[in-house]
Amino acid sequence: MQEHDLSFVRVEMAIAQAPPRSEAGAGAWVRKNLFSSVGDSILTVIGLLLVAYLLPPFLEWAFVNAQWTGTDRSFCATVAQGGAQPDGWSGACWAFVQAKFGQFMFGRYPIDQRWRPILVAILFVALFVPLLIPKVPRKGLNAVLFFIVFPIVAFVLLSGGWFGLPHVETPLWGGLLVTLVLSFVGIAVSLPAGVILALGRRSKMPVVKLVCVIFIETVRGIPLVTVLFMASVMLPLFLPEGVTFDKLLRALIGVAMFASAYMAEVVRGGLQAIPKGQYEGADSLGLGYWQKMILVILPQALKLVIPGIVNTFIGMFKDTSLVYIISMFDLLGVVRQNFSDATWASPQTPISGLVFAALVFWLFCFGMSRYSMFMERRLDTSHR
Amino acid sequence: MASQDILDGDRASRGSFINDPKVRGIFFQVLVVVLLVAGIWWIVDNVIDNLRRSNIASGFSFLRSRAGFDISESPIAYTSDSTYGRAILVGFLNTLIVAASGIVTASIIGFIVGIGRLSRNWLIRKICTVYIELFRNIPPLLVIFFWYFGVLSVLPGSRDSIHLPLGSFLNNRGFYFPRAVWGEGSWLILLALAIGIALAWFVARRARQRQMATGQPFPVFWTSVALIVGLPVLAFVLNGFPLSFDVPKQSTFNLTGGFQLKPEFLSLYLALSFYTAAFIAEIVRAGIIGVSKGQTEASEALGLRPRQVLRLVVVPQAMRIIIPPLTSQYLNLTKNSSLAIAIGYPDLVATGGTVLNQTGQAIEIVVIWMVIYLAISLVTSVLMNWFNAKMALVER
Repeated sequence: MQEHDLSFVRVEMAIAQAPPRSEAGAGAWVRKNLFSSVGDSILTVIGLLLVAYLLPPFLEWAFVNAQWTGTDRSFCATVAQGGAQPDGWSGACWAFVQAKFGQFMFGRYPIDQRWRPILVAILFVALFVPLLIPKVPRKGLNAVLFFIVFPIVAFVLLSGGWFGLPHVETPLWGGLLVTLVLSFVGIAVSLPAGVILALGRRSKMPVVKLVCVIFIETVRGIPLVTVLFMASVMLPLFLPEGVTFDKLLRALIGVAMFASAYMAEVVRGGLQAIPKGQYEGADSLGLGYWQKMILVILPQALKLVIPGIVNTFIGMFKDTSLVYIISMFDLLGVVRQNFSDATWASPQTPISGLVFAALVFWLFCFGMSRYSMFMERRLDTSHR
Repeated sequence: MASQDILDGDRASRGSFINDPKVRGIFFQVLVVVLLVAGIWWIVDNVIDNLRRSNIASGFSFLRSRAGFDISESPIAYTSDSTYGRAILVGFLNTLIVAASGIVTASIIGFIVGIGRLSRNWLIRKICTVYIELFRNIPPLLVIFFWYFGVLSVLPGSRDSIHLPLGSFLNNRGFYFPRAVWGEGSWLILLALAIGIALAWFVARRARQRQMATGQPFPVFWTSVALIVGLPVLAFVLNGFPLSFDVPKQSTFNLTGGFQLKPEFLSLYLALSFYTAAFIAEIVRAGIIGVSKGQTEASEALGLRPRQVLRLVVVPQAMRIIIPPLTSQYLNLTKNSSLAIAIGYPDLVATGGTVLNQTGQAIEIVVIWMVIYLAISLVTSVLMNWFNAKMALVER
C-alpha cells in the first residue's frame, strides 16, 4: 500500500456565516424566553394580562391623574366628597406629601431649628459615603470620625442645650429623623453586642454560656412589639423612684436588645463555619483569647456572614417602624398620624402617604442589600 | 470570658496562680453570677418598691375579675362580663387563627413565586423578582396600613357593596360570603371523609409495597382522589343533600347573614401573607438551586419522566434545604401578627395591652405574653424539627 499524506492544515479562516434566522434577533429571543412551549405561552399570556391589569392603572394613578400641587383636601377629593375633582377621579395626592414633607422628615422638630438635623444629615453623608467607597483612603480616621466623633456631634446638635443651642426634647423628634437615629444606634450597638453574645454562647464557661443562650433564645422567641412594650412599661418599674428615662432612649434599648439577639445568631453561624485549624493555629502562635478572636477568627467569620448581618440591619431598619405602637412617631408613624389631619383627609391621602413612605423605606433597604452584594463579591477571597 | 484560650494551655510554664486557666474560668463565672444576682436583686427591690407605692397588687388573681371591655372578633363566647383571663384567651385564639391562615396562604404564594423566579419564561421571572424585591424591602406594618387604610377603608359603604361571584359581597366593613349550614346527618360525610383518607393511605402503602416487589406501578394519585373526594360526595348524595347556605342579604343599612371577615382581620391576614411570601419565595428558590444539576441529569438518565424527576428527586432534596429557614419564617409570621395592635385586631398583644392599661399589671401581662409566644415558638420548632428529621438524608 502506498502511503499518502492525509494531513490537512487549513491556512485561511472560514468566513463566519450569519446565525440562522430562527436563532438571532428579537424574534428568536421572544420565542426562546416567552413562547418556548405551549405551557410557556400560556404563562406569558397570564403574565401579560397581570401586568396590563396592574401597571397602567397604577401609572395613571401615580402620574397622570395625580394632584401635584394644592393647599388642602379639596384638591384631592371629588365633588361628591366635597372637593374640586370630577366624580370618578382617582389619583395620587402628592400635594399632601409635599405639604407635609417637613413633618415626614423631622416630625415636630421646631421649624427654625431644622437646620440642625439637616446639618447632621449632611455630616452623616459626608462621613458615611467615603466609608462605603473602597477606593477612598484613610479608612481608619474615617471610621473613628464616623463611629465616635459623629455620634457625639450629632447628639449635641440634635438635642441641644450646649453652646447656646436651644434644647429640643425628644418627643418633638419624629419622622425619618427618628427612623434613622433608631437604626443608626441599633446598628452601632447590635453589632458589637451581637459579637459578644455569640462569643459567650460558644464559650466553654457554662454559666456565661447559659446566660447568653437564655437571653438570645428568649428575645428571639418573642415579638419586637412585646420587647418595646417591656422597654416602655416595665423599665420604669425596674428603676428606683424619681429616675426617669427618656422615651426615645427606652425604645432604643428595646430595639438594640432585639437586634443584638438576632445578630448573635448570625455571628455564631460565622464562628461555626471557621475550621478548627484556624483556632488551633492561633493558639499555637501563642495568641490570647481576645487576640485570637480579633486578629484571626472574627475577621474571617464576619466576612462570611456579611449577607446575614446586612439582612439583620435591613430587618432592624424596617422594624423601627414598630415604635409607632408605643406612640412614638417615626416616618411611618408621622404619615399615619397625618391621615387624620382634617385639612387633608380625603380617600386618596392615606394611600398617597403610604406609597411615599414605602418608597423611602424601599430605597434605603434596597440600597443596603445591593451594597452588601457588592461587598460580598469584593471581599470574596475564596478559591472557588 | 478571657479564659478559653488558656484552658488548654500549659499550666506548669506559668507559675502564677492568677494565670491558672481553671482559676480564671471560675473567677469570671463567679463574677458573672454575682453581677447578675446583684442586678436582679436591685431590680426586684425597685419593682416591689414601685408597686407598693402605686398600690398594685402583684399576682395573677386579676385574671378572674370582670373585664368590662368588648372584643370585636371572638371565636368563643365572650361578653364584657367575662373575665380578664377569658379576654386574653380570646386574644390568644385570634393570634392562632390569623397566624395559621397566614402561614397557609404565605406558603402557597411563596412556593408559586419562588418557582416562578426560576421559570424559563422571562416575563414570569421578572414579575416574581419585582414582587420579591418590593415586599422584602418595606416594613410589614406599612403593608398592613396599606391594606387597611389604602384599600379596605376606601371601599364603598354597605349600600353600594361590590357584588362578587357566589353571593359574596365586599365593602368597607369587610368581606361577606355565604356560610354553609350543615343539616342533619352531616356527620356521615365527615365519617366518609375519614374512611376515604384511611383507605387512600392503605392503598398507597400497598401500592408502594407491590412496586417494590414486582415493579408494577399503581395509579395511587387518582385512586386517592376518588376515595377522598368520592366517598364524602357519595355520603352527601345518599343523605339527601343536608346542606344549605346562609347567604348574606342586602338590607337598607347593612348586610345581614352570611359570614363576615372584618377589615382588621383581612388586612392583617393579607399583609402577613404577602409580606412573608416574599421571604418564603427566596427560601424556595435557594432550595431548588441547591439541588445539583447532576441529580436531575442522573434521574433523567434513569428514564424518569419530568414530573417524576421533580417529585422523586428534586423536591425531597430541596425540602431538606428549605425546611429550617421556612420554620423561622413561620415563626416570624406568628410574631409579626402582634402588629395587629396597630389596626385594632384583637390578638394576644392587643387584648393584653387593654388589660394592662386597665389593671396596671404590667409584669404579669408581659410574663403571659412571653410565656405564650415562647411556647408557640417551641411547639413550632419541635414540629418542624420532627418533620425535618423525617425528611433528612438517611445515611449509613
